[in-house]
Amino acid sequence: MDDPVLLSRIQFAMTIGFHFLFPPITIGLAWLLVGIEYMAWRRKDPVFERMGRFFGKLFGLTFAVGVATGIVMEFQFGSNWAAYSRFVGDVFGAPLAAEAIFGFFLESAFLGVYLLGRGRVSRGVHWVSILMVAIGATLSAFWILVANSWMQTPAGHVFANGRAELASLYEAVFNPSTLPRFFHTLSATLVTGSFFLGGVAAFMLIRGRAVDVASRALLIAVAAGALSSVLTAYPTGHEHARQVARTQPEKFAAIEGVYATGAGAPLILFALPRSDPPRLKARVEIPKLLSLLTFGDLNAEVPGIDRFPPEDLPPLWLPFVSFHNMVLIGMWLSAVAFLGLFLHWRGRLSTYRPYWWLFLVSSPLPLAASQFGWVAAEVGRQPWIVYKVMRTSDAVSPTLTAGDVWVSMISLGLVYLVLLAVYLGVLWRKASQGPDPLPPSNPAPAANPAPAEVQ
Amino acid sequence: MDLNTMWFLLLGILIAVYAVLDGFDLGVGVISLFSRREDHRKTCADTIAPVWDGNEVWLITGGAMLLAAFPPVYATVFSGFYLAFLLLLPALIVRAVSIEYRNVVDSPRWRRAWDWGFGIGSLVPSVLFGVAVGNILRGLPIDAAGDFRGTFLGLLNPYALLLGLLSLSMFVTHGAIYLGMKATGGLQARATAAAARAWVAWVVLYLGATAATAMAAPSLLADGLRRPVSWAFAALLVASLALVRVWIGSGAWGRAFAASSTAIVSVTSLAGAALYPRLAPSSLDPAWSLDIFRHSSSPRTMLTMLVIVAIGLPFVIGYTIWVYRVFRGRVREGGGY
Repeated sequence: MDDPVLLSRIQFAMTIGFHFLFPPITIGLAWLLVGIEYMAWRRKDPVFERMGRFFGKLFGLTFAVGVATGIVMEFQFGSNWAAYSRFVGDVFGAPLAAEAIFGFFLESAFLGVYLLGRGRVSRGVHWVSILMVAIGATLSAFWILVANSWMQTPAGHVFANGRAELASLYEAVFNPSTLPRFFHTLSATLVTGSFFLGGVAAFMLIRGRAVDVASRALLIAVAAGALSSVLTAYPTGHEHARQVARTQPEKFAAIEGVYATGAGAPLILFALPRSDPPRLKARVEIPKLLSLLTFGDLNAEVPGIDRFPPEDLPPLWLPFVSFHNMVLIGMWLSAVAFLGLFLHWRGRLSTYRPYWWLFLVSSPLPLAASQFGWVAAEVGRQPWIVYKVMRTSDAVSPTLTAGDVWVSMISLGLVYLVLLAVYLGVLWRKASQGPDPLPPSNPAPAANPAPAEVQ
Repeated sequence: MDLNTMWFLLLGILIAVYAVLDGFDLGVGVISLFSRREDHRKTCADTIAPVWDGNEVWLITGGAMLLAAFPPVYATVFSGFYLAFLLLLPALIVRAVSIEYRNVVDSPRWRRAWDWGFGIGSLVPSVLFGVAVGNILRGLPIDAAGDFRGTFLGLLNPYALLLGLLSLSMFVTHGAIYLGMKATGGLQARATAAAARAWVAWVVLYLGATAATAMAAPSLLADGLRRPVSWAFAALLVASLALVRVWIGSGAWGRAFAASSTAIVSVTSLAGAALYPRLAPSSLDPAWSLDIFRHSSSPRTMLTMLVIVAIGLPFVIGYTIWVYRVFRGRVREGGGY
């Protein structure tokens, strides 16, 4: 392979895909910790207290890898996609800068207080710290989704001076896909955080560690997971899909497998996409359902890929398969969470061992669903880097050689492999150890001297 | 003042604040690299643990602001420094993880490995900061299309490396003073010695760098010397550097830290005053240089971003100061916060 464009795409996919293993966990877990720490603070409940301290540590370890891998992203728009940055930087730079100002500073400043400031600030301020971390992380998610959504459904810009220039910040920020994608992604992070919390809790139950903390954490995970997995599908996922149908019909045809334009399009549940000529093999479908879901009418016409010029079509196999796998995993996660609610209703959640295993095995699946969703979104946007504004093939740095990208991809890939091994190893170890016992009552002044005493 | 100049100033402020804030925690990391005692290395990492992440955000913000305000400059410099970033990025990644993972597993080998990661992960960015500035001052081989036409090895020229050593000596001095403020006992004594030695290196390297600039970038230096503001910053630099030495000697660490912060801001400002209104001079033809007037975003974007910064930055400054106040005072040896 000696095409800098393809190699840069693969590198971007690798670096963003690896990075995005961590923020969904930390955004979701941050909001769960806001609740857990609130209970620990207001109710002075030792079980919540230990839960907060323990998952707070895991949160910090996950956050660190997210920060470390996030730095790369900020550089890559310039290093590999210089032509892109030159052409759209006038619009695209604003949300990235807003992300840093409103999101990154907030989360990183308060994370230090949350992780290391226990005993230096009051319980209330300590709780506000994790709240600020959660808000900061959510604002980061919002602004980066603004940036990416502008690439999907650009708005609020004009073409002047040989580039895209900002005409209306409001229209660029609230372009047609920003809000559907923000809410869909946010609820997906809650699913991810819930399954992280519950997965670790299930592991602790299986190992018989801190059963009181683990069984309550599993219940919280099951409840939050049930709610958020439903919200991820409906209304947020549903509305996002309808928005794609309206604003990016080529992508919609690719992910849903609509190959021939027609009225009363079926919803494809399963199929194997084949090319030359493009067709779907072994399809399982529900007649007319896609038309109904998308346009509220059984006989509405859904544009198929035959409607669009071939040079404007995305690859067909990958978006279709990714999208359908995402949906499948989403339904599985919902089922697992609701099974947990059922078991809790029957009073068996904290005793029924096979369910712990089921939850543990399912706990990384939200990350797989996120990755699939992003592959569907980004590959489905091709051949455009900014939909109908700039082609991906025109966006790469003119000075970039294939050799450069190979070197960077291999070296970053190796670093990421080591990081992943370290992260998983430490996670395993921490989960095996379980939460520490609480220090003796009112330990703060002894363990963490107030500033005045130290000076 | 026009918008373009305001953005030049704002970027300069971001870079200067970055150099002051991440400067000390990078410097602490470099010092830990030369410490043979494990408890000292742990305390080094402990002193910066609550704040390093927020400090590094200033760099990320600088990058994002450069893209928002001067997209062609961001594009040229970041694609031109492609392979150099492959030194910087793994260093920053490993460093971030080292600080957070060092104390997770109770094993001497584990801690030793992350101490190396922390030390080298701090050393590399400390040097590259100066290398980057040096290459910008010296001029980059930028062609008529605004593309970088140099090589990676070309970036490692003697002048840039000299500035790399200068930034290293600045950060080590600054970091040693921070340790003087935050550490106790043996580590504080070591920090005193390190600060005194690194200060000498800073002064010598600064004089050497100024002489080298006269040879490597004479027109830039001449432009800088024509501006009265340069003379003000030069005077500030001399005064603050002298005070740094005085206060290191008397153990007035807080004052020494304020003085070394002022000195770092002065050095950064001198570079900025010489560059203005250029952001990336071309060594091939001065007409191909990237500057703040011809290579900026549209006025609307610059104004919009200025409003966003005006809304956001006061909060950032406010809670950053608060976080430093929460963690004020010394870190006990081996005890952590």
